[in-house]
Amino acid sequence: MIDANVYLFRWPFRRYAEDDPAELVAELRHKGVTEAWAGSFEGVLHRDMAGVNARLAAACQRHGPNFLVPFGSINPKLPDWQEDVRRCAEVHRMTGIRLHPPYHGYTLDDPVVAELLTLAASRKLAVQIALAMEDDRTQFPLLRVAPTDPLPLADLTPRIPNLRLMLLNSGYQGTLKTPHVADIATSGNIYFDIARIEGVGGVPRLIAQTSPARVVFGSLYPFFYFEAAVLKVREAALPDDQAHALLEGNARAFLKA
Amino acid sequence: MKQESTLSRRQFLQRTSAGLAAAGVAGRIAASSGQAKPGEAPTPKPAAPAHAAPGGFDLTTLKSLRIWDCHCHMIGFAGITAEEKADDMIKIADRVGVERMVLLTGWTLHRAPGLEGLRDGNNEVFAAVKHAPNRFCGYAFMDPNYMDACLEEIERCIANGPLVGMKFEFDTLKKASSTELDPIFARAAELNAVILHHTWIKTTANEPDESTPMELAETARRHPKAIVICGHTGGTWELGIRAIRDVKNMYCDVAGSDPTAGFTEMAVRELGAERVLYGSDVGGRSFASQLGKVMGADVTESARRLIMGGNQRRLLAPILKSKGITV
Repeated sequence: MIDANVYLFRWPFRRYAEDDPAELVAELRHKGVTEAWAGSFEGVLHRDMAGVNARLAAACQRHGPNFLVPFGSINPKLPDWQEDVRRCAEVHRMTGIRLHPPYHGYTLDDPVVAELLTLAASRKLAVQIALAMEDDRTQFPLLRVAPTDPLPLADLTPRIPNLRLMLLNSGYQGTLKTPHVADIATSGNIYFDIARIEGVGGVPRLIAQTSPARVVFGSLYPFFYFEAAVLKVREAALPDDQAHALLEGNARAFLKA
Repeated sequence: MKQESTLSRRQFLQRTSAGLAAAGVAGRIAASSGQAKPGEAPTPKPAAPAHAAPGGFDLTTLKSLRIWDCHCHMIGFAGITAEEKADDMIKIADRVGVERMVLLTGWTLHRAPGLEGLRDGNNEVFAAVKHAPNRFCGYAFMDPNYMDACLEEIERCIANGPLVGMKFEFDTLKKASSTELDPIFARAAELNAVILHHTWIKTTANEPDESTPMELAETARRHPKAIVICGHTGGTWELGIRAIRDVKNMYCDVAGSDPTAGFTEMAVRELGAERVLYGSDVGGRSFASQLGKVMGADVTESARRLIMGGNQRRLLAPILKSKGITV
């Protein structure tokens, strides 16, 4: 089982036992995860993104070689963000990068997004975009951010060859549900995780809106209880081939695409 | 302090995800509050088979917990009739081992239903309970805009009918703190009926008539013999748990918010496991995401069993017994 959506280190507003990378790895292994794609909570609010990514790479190497796959954070509103992309690719040899537009103050129709996605594709970096993290109804009052609308990707992604793009945390985001999922699903090679998919039949509905080949297992652990995601798979009662694809096959296909 | 032999989360997961439900219970000592002790020696972590049980949990183990879901709506399920929707609920609940569902509303009734809607909605719950009495309990919906009708519905549905509690939504123009609710709470206490009242504390601002746990606590304090479940525990649970902490007749409902880690542990730490209830808020939420809050929590096995169903059964036992039902 591949978990495409985990985080290392500390969420600013809460402590978890698993904010120790060693503990996180032990728990994930114990839960049956064989590979986890790890972003950094630090990448949400820190400005020294080079430091964030260096710590992420080091922690993945130290605590989870061949298990934790680091996805470096990029904030395209920082000066010289292109250097962070270069280091992710050349220095840390990362598989991909993870973006947090709600916390970095841009929308996906910002011209910098096209530049960033194009640069990532040219460097063969997969891209994950976290459309939201926390329900907007429960955010800390002095740090309120709205979820990101993915619709601009419908026009943008077909224009970027070799882009591998995955949307994390689409679905239930509090006062809003992610709009336009079906529209963007037809526009390119875009994958979706299930961490924030909710409601009766939520996972099968996402698969129907997108494709059985485009939905991957993601837990948003340790921000969310990991068990929420695995139980959603059980509740979905997917055919065996779809379940296997969701738990592992689609993630592998995403990296090879 | 009473000591008990119990399981840590990791031991519990070890049994469930590796299909070792029959394994013996390794002795772990934890406080009777249900919070697992920190700093204990790590337990063995054998790797679970990657796809042995997609979803990670053995269904037999889930069923063994006797899960009662304290917060269900019929909205979002397949079918036209109450019976059809009830059957769809049962089909999906069976996938994750939910034994019984407490229906708070049917599917047409929501928020401020008006007089006719109030009765029609309660009749939907009636029909589902009648259709599958071993799988459902039902609450009567209350719209305090129509106080006389509420009191009539209590007599029709609860005192003289099969329902066992009352549900308050929002948009009913009477805040949970209003003294106008007192006759309902008083009658609930007389009948041993359980009250579940929607609450939220929204950073984005509550809706105009949406109550908070703090407001509900005011009324619960005036009626210490009433059993009051704090629906959603305010959503922003770190605040909601604190708001109900000293009101001993109030209970924490984990339903209807993100499966944010730490919720269940804090509730058990601050309230005691005896005051925490599993609920889902289906069909807007899934059974699964909310079960994850309890299955993933670092609490003792005895606490997990209380939260999953033991507390709900204990709270409902008197009124169910009055209707000739034992659980």
